[in-house]
Amino acid sequence: MKLNIDIKELLGAVDVPAQWVGIREVYEAHTPRMIRDGVPVANARSSTHGIMVEVLVNGQFGYYGTPDMTKEGVSRAAKKAYQQAEIASGHALHHFDESARPSFQGEYRSPYTKNRESLSAGNLNELLLDAYNSLKVSDKIVSASSLCQVIETSFKFASSNGSDINQEFLMLEFDLSATAADGTNQQTRTFGGMRGTCRQMGLEYFDKYEIMANAGRIGEQALELLEAEECPTGEMDIVIAPDQMMLQIHESIGHALEVDRILGDERNYAGWSFVKLEDFGTLQYGSKLMNITFDPTLESEFASYAFDDGGLKATKEYLIKDGLLVRGLGGKESQIRSGLDGVANFRSSGWNRAPIDRMANINLEPGDSTFDELIGQVENGVYMESNKSWSIDDYRNKFQFGCEYGKLIENGKLTKTVKNPNYRAISTPFWNSLKGVGNEDTFGIYGTPNCGKGEPNQSIRVGHASPACLFENVQVFGGV
Amino acid sequence: MEQIFNKLSESLFGQLNEGEHLILSFDGENSQFVRFNNASIRQTGLVDDADVGLKFIANGRTCSGGFTVSGNFDTDIARGSSEIDRMRIESEQIPKDPFLVMPENAGSSHEIKKANGLAFEDAVDAILPAVSGADFVGILANGKMFRGSANSLGQKHWFETESFCLDYSLVTPEHQMVKGCYAGSDWNQQDYEDYVKRSRDKLVLMERKPVKVDTGEYRTWFEAAAVADFLGMFSWNGISEASLRQGCSGFGRMRHDDVRLSSKFSIVEDFSPGFCPKFNSNGEISPDTISLIENGSLKNTLVSSRSAKEYGVESNFAEGGEYLRSPRMEPGSLNHNDVTKNIDKGLFLSNIHYLNWSDNAGGRITGLTRYACFWVENGEIVAPIETMRFDDSFYRFFGDQLVQVEDKLTVVPEVHTYGQRSLGATTCPGILVDSFALTL
Ligand SMILES: [Zn+2]
Repeated sequence: MKLNIDIKELLGAVDVPAQWVGIREVYEAHTPRMIRDGVPVANARSSTHGIMVEVLVNGQFGYYGTPDMTKEGVSRAAKKAYQQAEIASGHALHHFDESARPSFQGEYRSPYTKNRESLSAGNLNELLLDAYNSLKVSDKIVSASSLCQVIETSFKFASSNGSDINQEFLMLEFDLSATAADGTNQQTRTFGGMRGTCRQMGLEYFDKYEIMANAGRIGEQALELLEAEECPTGEMDIVIAPDQMMLQIHESIGHALEVDRILGDERNYAGWSFVKLEDFGTLQYGSKLMNITFDPTLESEFASYAFDDGGLKATKEYLIKDGLLVRGLGGKESQIRSGLDGVANFRSSGWNRAPIDRMANINLEPGDSTFDELIGQVENGVYMESNKSWSIDDYRNKFQFGCEYGKLIENGKLTKTVKNPNYRAISTPFWNSLKGVGNEDTFGIYGTPNCGKGEPNQSIRVGHASPACLFENVQVFGGV
Repeated sequence: MEQIFNKLSESLFGQLNEGEHLILSFDGENSQFVRFNNASIRQTGLVDDADVGLKFIANGRTCSGGFTVSGNFDTDIARGSSEIDRMRIESEQIPKDPFLVMPENAGSSHEIKKANGLAFEDAVDAILPAVSGADFVGILANGKMFRGSANSLGQKHWFETESFCLDYSLVTPEHQMVKGCYAGSDWNQQDYEDYVKRSRDKLVLMERKPVKVDTGEYRTWFEAAAVADFLGMFSWNGISEASLRQGCSGFGRMRHDDVRLSSKFSIVEDFSPGFCPKFNSNGEISPDTISLIENGSLKNTLVSSRSAKEYGVESNFAEGGEYLRSPRMEPGSLNHNDVTKNIDKGLFLSNIHYLNWSDNAGGRITGLTRYACFWVENGEIVAPIETMRFDDSFYRFFGDQLVQVEDKLTVVPEVHTYGQRSLGATTCPGILVDSFALTL
């Protein structure tokens, strides 16, 4: 049950002498369903609904997040936000004015044809149970699961300088997982994990995808990994599938380019960045083949939208062009603080958190190599699919990733399957070793439902699309 | 908050039909968040939040729900009623759950911790003067937290606490950092200022020019905060009974191959300090202490009531996710004053960062050094080190490579605020490891 709130009317209940006032309303409902080992383990629906009242006082913003969306509630919230901002304004890091919250009006709606109610709880459980049965290809599969989650978000924003924004999102997450084990030899293969299928789309997804065929393949590959050799150790070329490229982009480009990190806001939590303000326009981040965009317009990608949470209109922008760093991930506040051009990426995880610089859709634009051409260039290397482990330092330099599934590349051909493929490197040398970028046919759209950042902490959805890519001379290794 | 939850519970239980059961959980807070950068204020605000979780059991099925509590009874009861209606319909459609956990009435509890905390309007003036002139960055999370549980058989639990947590870093002009976390219930201005002064003193050590160490294996001391991070990994594909059964736990070698960790390594789940409620979201109360690893051998895993049914073992009333809520590692005999002498030549690591399993089955964890991490030679701190990546197995650093354990325990509070402020803490000593692998 969703209450209907008129936030423009609520704006009228604010009775404080602030320079600027905004109200952001967020309703979000999650409907997860999951079958594990043949039985239902989740059939849930939980929602959250509230508003954030934000005021600007002596150049300092103050906020109050509350689930009380009555006029009295808003009036009280504004007074308390005002008091917080007023006390803080004597110690403000930066004194803002109204230009930090530009005035825009408009709407956005996710592309979909079938809404949450188009399949009943019973239908979805049947589908997930069938998928589970297809995953369980052998008794050596000790555990298998299938899950889906529908997310419905409604976002409204109105402000004293005339912003009036209404955005409605429908998202679907889906995954399959099979674990094969033989004592302590244990291998899990998924459909990409939590970051594999997460898109703005409706339940029409289930009409198009061959769920059962994929489930059978995943089960078989889990068994294949159980019998596979360890990934070799050494410096060699790697071809990375888009479902791992997405996290490579996320960790070693996306976070490093967040301007609030560069300005030091995150030093106590997520960390700083090796990128400095003066690097924009000068740093050769990667090879000439590298083109990275902030693209809120790619249809069905997880973090597409028309406006960010500060009300700024979102447009596609190049962050890295032909390997050269040209633009950062800075929303309006960061643009004002840094003097740099930015993007509309001032985002929050909900009504109870204030927006900060986030990724949205950060994509690697396709190149012109076919998949076979990428593999064909490698004499001795490894092809890796689907992330299972990730870690990077607080400056976003030294990363290490592990994947679920690897194949040796020998003399330009994919040969044996290998388990526990891992690689590690340092961000800019790694991106400068980018030697081949796959074409549109190798392009995949992925994302992550839980990118963590911020104090207080915020977990947010981002999208990443990428072709398959070839990197030269990377440190590769296997398991224990 | 308690009245709101009680009234809502009563009303929702009244809507149940014969054969239907309902378990409610409650999470709420009245919080202040002040975010600092360069000893100034970056963002500031307040958040009131409360959510009710519902678990509806009928017809051999379990359905769950949840909604935000607005504080307006009519709104909240309408939300709750529509959830019950929805779950009642779904429970006719979904497959039977052979392992469903029925509610019980095993007795109620009530715990309210009053505190002489830091008033929201006083916070900025209390904090900032002591850090003036320093590059101080971090967050104050301050205020009340509420947890509740109630079921349709009449069992009720309530837990309410007030606390502050100032989680911060001090940074040198050369970008070296020291971490601090001043947390508690009663605010004591002098104690706070003393704490910050100790951080500032530590920062002086960080002004020495950092040294670059090579990859390789080193004798290494981990401060309690770093040990707490390693123990945190046990909550993720580790100590959970379900993870072990489902082939995705790093504890498999202990369970299947009878591998033991060091006899100096023991951990218990210990609820006695009251860092978090003893009841879980199902309203079940854990024993005060559960021995998990005793002198290196695996005694117990964390077992939820659902896992207990599914795998035919006894529940120790773990939370559904079977993660550690209030772990304590037993102390050893090494005095902190003797740490650098006992390292002799090697690494002194105060904090570690961004851990992940690099080979879960092998117990291998990768991550990075962060904050005050030093190179030690001839039993003396030489200088801070440049950030290094490590990749090593807990079967080594909590196993055959563990040489000494600190004689004193440190309480490392859970500071995460994803969705809401968290409760709980890890209580542990520092450890000295003979050989630890740096890889990048
Ligand atoms: Zn992230």
